[in-house]
Amino acid sequence: MPFSSADLAAIGLTLRLAGTTMLLLLVLCTPLAWWLAHTPSRWRGPVSALVALPLVLPPTVIGFYLLVTMGPHGPLGQFTQWLGLGTLPFTFWGLVLGSLIYSLPFAVQPLQHAFEAIGHRPLEAAATLGAGPMDRFFTVALPLARPGFITAAILSFAHTVGEFGVVLMLGGNIPGVTRVVSVQIYDHVEALEYTQAHWLAGGMVLFSFVVLLGLNLTRRKATSMVQ
Amino acid sequence: MFYRRAFLHLTLIGLGFATAHAAHADQVSVAVAANFTAPMQKIAAAFEADTGHKAELASGATGKFYAQITNGAPFQILLAADDTTPAKLEREGKAVPQKRFTYAVGTLVLWSAQPSYVDGNGDVLKKGDFKHLAIANPKLAPYGAAAVQVMDKLGVSTALQPRLVQGENIAQTFQFVSTGNAQLGFVALSQVMTNGKISSGSAWQVPANLHDPIRQDAALLNPGKDSAAAAALLAYLRGDKARAIIQSYGYSF
Repeated sequence: MPFSSADLAAIGLTLRLAGTTMLLLLVLCTPLAWWLAHTPSRWRGPVSALVALPLVLPPTVIGFYLLVTMGPHGPLGQFTQWLGLGTLPFTFWGLVLGSLIYSLPFAVQPLQHAFEAIGHRPLEAAATLGAGPMDRFFTVALPLARPGFITAAILSFAHTVGEFGVVLMLGGNIPGVTRVVSVQIYDHVEALEYTQAHWLAGGMVLFSFVVLLGLNLTRRKATSMVQ
Repeated sequence: MFYRRAFLHLTLIGLGFATAHAAHADQVSVAVAANFTAPMQKIAAAFEADTGHKAELASGATGKFYAQITNGAPFQILLAADDTTPAKLEREGKAVPQKRFTYAVGTLVLWSAQPSYVDGNGDVLKKGDFKHLAIANPKLAPYGAAAVQVMDKLGVSTALQPRLVQGENIAQTFQFVSTGNAQLGFVALSQVMTNGKISSGSAWQVPANLHDPIRQDAALLNPGKDSAAAAALLAYLRGDKARAIIQSYGYSF
């Protein structure tokens, strides 16, 4: 068995974190991407920039500010304490919150592009046939945007799996709670356990390759379907 | 024609590198254990003023430095957080033999950012009405390993296990405690001490008999073998001026 029980715990935790983040992002980002795709508002530019910010910010910046704002003296920390939830650093949900921000553009942007690609015509046609706004969204826009949802799901999942800096800053390296695969690899390397590090790191390379390959194939299939 | 021009450019660039290298000949690059960052910055400034040599500092976890050095990192001196890493580097032929020495003996403190939270005897550990206790990763950091020994000696390890959060090194551990996310933690006295006294929060200076001594050794690494600046810095570290600075951060010898 190349993986120790600690390694397996880290893998399980990573999958749980990435899965939770992916589901939440799909739900939260759909209205946001829809709004970005259709709004004439002058807030569109600033909001787009905010959404894209995690693409260019070092994860340590996100992690550091989250550690401070989620801490007992930070605004978010005071809010969660007021709710009776305590503070979020060193918890699974703290990592989820960090991942939501870290992976946000990987969910919003494919969805936004998919909604934009549909254009106004199918929706207008549905409207002339008497479909209300909700109906148009759920029966016309959502199915047409399916490739965008698949891309958003895969990318936000995979990007969260690869997260390191945010977790290192916020996590506290607690087995089964916050010690994800990337941190476990880092620990192995620092402790000179290169064999274990290779198993996990090699696994990550393989995983990422398979994800991108799968993404490529689904995209091709989607394009050929449209044609 | 193009090739000749390109060749000329390359030569000029090469010359530029050569002169830049000559100008930096009296620099020494030092890998510093995270707990020794603050005193070393002071020492480096004094060293530069006194000798004209410049010390370039990189701070981090000793384990990480070990991995980097064995993989060819160009550090000339390692100021480790322990005495095993420099010995290991010497055994493996990565450090110059017979140059190791203990530059400081570290002191462990239990510290909280809140005033009067930690009592003078560490009883707060037995009461345990806190949510998170931060320690450095005991597998990687000697201060973390010492913290575990202390908890074992006090018989509170099992009770505190679920509340432990681990920093990658002692600097990150300090960050967890100073932001208040962990109510208290085991850090290096040097991190909370300025000018010979603890400047904020509350602390219990852990008695030295509760853990193995944290002997921090220096090693002259192979890339620093013929460097005058590296030799000068090692000598400077043993001098009175550096020792006074080291002591003012709560280290002993």
